[in-house]
Amino acid sequence: MELIKIEKMTKHYPIGGGKFTALRDIDLEFKKGEFTGIVGPSGSGKTTLLNIIGSLDTQSEGDVEVMGNSIRKLSSTKAAKLRSQHIGFIFQTYNLLPVYTVFENVEFPLILLGMPAEKRKKAVLDALEWVGLSDKVKSRPAQLSGGECQRVAIARAIVKKPDLVLADEPTANLDAENSHHILKTMEKINKELGTTFIFSTHDAKVIKYLKRKISLLDGKVDKDEIVNGG
Amino acid sequence: MIFKLAYKNIMGAGFRTWLNIFILSLSYFVIIALQGFFMGWQDDASREMKNWDFAGGQYWQEAYDPYDPYTLEDSHATIPEDLQKLLDNGEAISILLSPATIYPERRMRNIVLKGIDPDQDLIELPTKYLADPDGETNCIIGSGFADNLNIKEGDFIVLRWRDKNGTYDARDIKVAHVFSTTVITVESNQVWISLPVLQEMLGLPNEATIITIKDEMYNKEFSGWQYKNLDFLLIDLTNMIKAKTIGSSIMYILMLFLAMIAIFDTQILSIFRRRKEMGTMMAMGMTRPKIIQLFTLEGVLHAVLAILMGAVYGIPLLRYFEKVGMQIGMDAKEWGLSGLDDALYPVYGWKLVVGTIVLVLITVTIVSFLPTRKIAKLKPTDALRGKMTK
Repeated sequence: MELIKIEKMTKHYPIGGGKFTALRDIDLEFKKGEFTGIVGPSGSGKTTLLNIIGSLDTQSEGDVEVMGNSIRKLSSTKAAKLRSQHIGFIFQTYNLLPVYTVFENVEFPLILLGMPAEKRKKAVLDALEWVGLSDKVKSRPAQLSGGECQRVAIARAIVKKPDLVLADEPTANLDAENSHHILKTMEKINKELGTTFIFSTHDAKVIKYLKRKISLLDGKVDKDEIVNGG
Repeated sequence: MIFKLAYKNIMGAGFRTWLNIFILSLSYFVIIALQGFFMGWQDDASREMKNWDFAGGQYWQEAYDPYDPYTLEDSHATIPEDLQKLLDNGEAISILLSPATIYPERRMRNIVLKGIDPDQDLIELPTKYLADPDGETNCIIGSGFADNLNIKEGDFIVLRWRDKNGTYDARDIKVAHVFSTTVITVESNQVWISLPVLQEMLGLPNEATIITIKDEMYNKEFSGWQYKNLDFLLIDLTNMIKAKTIGSSIMYILMLFLAMIAIFDTQILSIFRRRKEMGTMMAMGMTRPKIIQLFTLEGVLHAVLAILMGAVYGIPLLRYFEKVGMQIGMDAKEWGLSGLDDALYPVYGWKLVVGTIVLVLITVTIVSFLPTRKIAKLKPTDALRGKMTK
């Protein structure tokens, strides 16, 4: 069964008196456990596609179903609930909450889920162990390197064991060593927990880890291919 | 959950939070202190005026108008029988008024000559000095008036008056005592002498202009006399304090405004600086109403913490003012402020404290909510990009 089903999806943005088409006639399906990258140059619509899949935005035309939920029909509260329960996000600029410690940042999605404190603590420590940051629980984001911040962001995304993790250019701000470390971590989570990962990237380092590569060009799917023996 | 997050957020903001809390606490303190001083003044002034002048209320002879000196000559009448009983029981005192002239240091000064029973103890006026065992006519005057005339105790001044038949007469009277009071209505241009002496001088035995009664319960009408209750008698003071309170209210509003600006500014700044943070919270599944709650609660928490901080330094300071008062630095009588002593002692009622706290809390909640409401319109994708949605 498809985790995500996109049919004839188009996204316009109003610009001045007219409109700019960021995505057009997109037809895609994603299955559970995929490790997929959406690649393409800047402005090709990668982030827009991720935002719509993640219910942060809505399409202008066509249908998008995520885990059986029609994105367009979701109220903002139901969309928030979908994200809270099923989707984890990883951002290029980490987007950690600056006044919280590493532990509190990772704990935040679980608080939103209303998980009891004891369970939360265990889940947070497990997630931090997954990303190798067990010794940084009390640090604040300002005290961490870029690579460490992104690992905290990964821990935050996976701590609730979501069905889907959407990562927008996760390695764009990292050096090669950190990028590989991050990708290996995500690959491990994908294999061991079965979490579906969808990346947007134009980083060659990421591409060699992907199992499926969707190329976007000027808002259209240019290629959709299985790679690296996926 | 929201409370815990809000608390973490404001504590995490460090210096900015503590600065806002301090300014807010200062507002609580200044508002309570200022209002306390005005309440203290009102309390003091009312009490002093009751103790020195009005007691429980007054009956005025119907022709008497304190604002029209021409009524003085005719504003006297025989004391009604029922009121006379109160006088006999010591539950009232009668005062007779007459226009007169004194000549201190050969200067002429028009005054109101007031006759009062030397044995009365209903009001604090030191009338015992009016007894005249030496056969002299003793008088007492207030210290402000005495200073003004350059008169001191033991001096003799020439008094000229007109009796009921319009005949002028004059005699030397002795300043037996100069009393000090904060109540201008018993000393300004007034000379007090013994009631029987004045009644004899004017040829008006058993007549009076004002009957001051002990308790307000004697609210009974008598023909030719009008009852004036304390609300009426203190109206000038009440109006004056009201007028001063308007002035203080401007300060009150300014302080409140300053505090609100601090909170509003913090909230606006928060929205602009933390919109990416909000976008992240939305991405993680926080609903818009929860985000509004969170940011509004952050503002309210500032106000709550300000209460605690204000209590730490405010309570000792307010208690100190309550004990030593605030020195006015000059003779309040020169300002024409009745009942105001050299020091002002504030009174802080629970209504004032609770009212101020509630008012500040409500205002802070509103100014925290208003900018936060804008978040409700924020699209998550715009917030994540650090943009404001129009």
